[in-house]
Amino acid sequence: MSPVQVAGEVLSLRRVGAYWQLTLVAPGIAERAKPGQFVALAVGGEHSSMLLRRAFAIYRVAERGLYGGTVDVVFAVHGKGTAWLSRLHQHDPVDVVGPLGRPFRLPATPVPTVLVGGGYGSAPLFGLAGALKDRRCRVDFVIGAGSADRLFGVLEAKRMASTLTVTTDDGSAGERGRVSDVLAEVLERSEAGLIYACGPMPMLRAVAAIAEEFGLPCQVAVEESMACGIGVCMTCVLPIAGVDGVTRMLRSCVDGPVFLGEQVRFDDVGTVPAGTLGAPVPVASTQ
Amino acid sequence: MTGDVTLRPAREETPLSFVDMSTSLAAFHAPNPVFTASGCAAAGRELAQFFDQSDLGGIVTKSIMLEARSGRPTPRMAETPSGMLNSIGLQGPGIAAFLEHDLPWLADRGARAVVSIAGSSIDEYVALAAKLRGQPGLAMLEVNISCPNVEDRGQVFACDPRAAARVIAAVRQKATPTVPVFAKLSPDVTDIVAVAEAVMRAGADGLSMINTLLGMVIDPDTMRPLLAGVTGGLSGPAIRPVAVRCVWQVHRAMPDVPILGMGGIRTGLDALEFVLAGASAVSVGTSVFSDPSAPVRVLRELQQALGERGFDSLSDAIGYAHRPADAVVPPDPRGDDA
Repeated sequence: MSPVQVAGEVLSLRRVGAYWQLTLVAPGIAERAKPGQFVALAVGGEHSSMLLRRAFAIYRVAERGLYGGTVDVVFAVHGKGTAWLSRLHQHDPVDVVGPLGRPFRLPATPVPTVLVGGGYGSAPLFGLAGALKDRRCRVDFVIGAGSADRLFGVLEAKRMASTLTVTTDDGSAGERGRVSDVLAEVLERSEAGLIYACGPMPMLRAVAAIAEEFGLPCQVAVEESMACGIGVCMTCVLPIAGVDGVTRMLRSCVDGPVFLGEQVRFDDVGTVPAGTLGAPVPVASTQ
Repeated sequence: MTGDVTLRPAREETPLSFVDMSTSLAAFHAPNPVFTASGCAAAGRELAQFFDQSDLGGIVTKSIMLEARSGRPTPRMAETPSGMLNSIGLQGPGIAAFLEHDLPWLADRGARAVVSIAGSSIDEYVALAAKLRGQPGLAMLEVNISCPNVEDRGQVFACDPRAAARVIAAVRQKATPTVPVFAKLSPDVTDIVAVAEAVMRAGADGLSMINTLLGMVIDPDTMRPLLAGVTGGLSGPAIRPVAVRCVWQVHRAMPDVPILGMGGIRTGLDALEFVLAGASAVSVGTSVFSDPSAPVRVLRELQQALGERGFDSLSDAIGYAHRPADAVVPPDPRGDDA
């Protein structure tokens, strides 16, 4: 369904560990949104010197309520734009475009699934878990972060999943280590048929590698920096190998953010690998 | 307060004033003067989710090249104060795919397609003009001789009046005679009027100005250039005064040459500045990234701004800032001067 541009309004903003959870009244988004899609928020107000929208995965939506449809996003303060968002107050206006991007694809049959989230990358996985459970899929969660305060949604994951495994780099919660250290065991225990992951690129790369080892299909939601979020600026591209074997520089905003793990050329992100459609052909040596 | 939140399309609009917004870019007559900008609207399809493509004066496509092109590695973008740098490197599907999928799509929707073409040699520009010759739905050609993201940055045609003129002469000769050929100029020159005069003598029907300015950002953390392409094109409101100055200088030197003005237009009043400086139409570019419906909003705001200033028609306002100091302000809207 087509995205909308909505004059939204802050309903609430609160701290969740190291992150912020922003609830916006944004009618029209909730009824269109599917798990894995994102919204693009204008930052800095009407006369802002910050021109580019900030893209955030949708954490959850509510189609109606006291205030009409709402959409929730989770973010960390990284720069000026997110700092501005963290200073918003109730009733402040925020222009919202969404829902954007391709959602997670859901299995047609009840398959056991493992959902892997890194940092606030776990946010879009809860809506996905709900949709999977509606389809009677078993859901096992693996959530990891650098430290306990950077885990997002532990209680919610515990409530929704058959099992929850938590990892932190510093051991301040759950097992010390990375999600990739525990994933194999979870896959075996749950007899998983399908993996979903969202988080930083190195984590996605590790998850995709394990999925390949196990011969399991894996969907990853990538985080690439975007300028527009709607497919016109061509800045958020990454090399994706097509089923035809041809690598293309695809836009994570409209061709993603969800890709099949096996199609993302993780080792080549940030480059245009040789052989990519339209890549410069190396000039033959003149010697 | 929350009850006031509505979807943008449903928002109550200011009643439109009765200003005639029609305009001409040489032989191309458009119902209004607001266009998209090359590289900021892809080939139109994505923005159709936010407004009707036929509502604008024209849809200016991302520059099309002969072959499919992957563009540059990432990072390709850096936000800067009131602007952004891009180093996309003309990623695109190539002319064959464009003619098969994109141009017919625009034509079907009643959009007036202004096709931007880019090449790395004169032969490539000529081949592109040949392939576009006689294509239905083509309203105008914008010849991008000024992209700062070409492979060899030393050879931006628009930085050399003779090279620029050679490209334009060759394209003009090959293109459909009734389709206007506009040259897109770079502000990164010492004398933009000299380049403008050279391409007009070479047969251009008008000028698009300005392309981005070459800039760069260094990441203080890595202490290296932030863009993979090192340098990039600066766009957005940060460059607007430069763009208005370029339009002003060229219109002053050649008042009869039609100009499609662009560079940091975000509001109707920004667009009005370009019109008053001498532009017959404007492109809304980078602002689309922050506000996908910006072009239709700018059109509405420009019409209102003209009405508020007593103009009957857009054409009366073109170049109006150049009037003598003692001229009557504004022109009498009823024209019943004695």
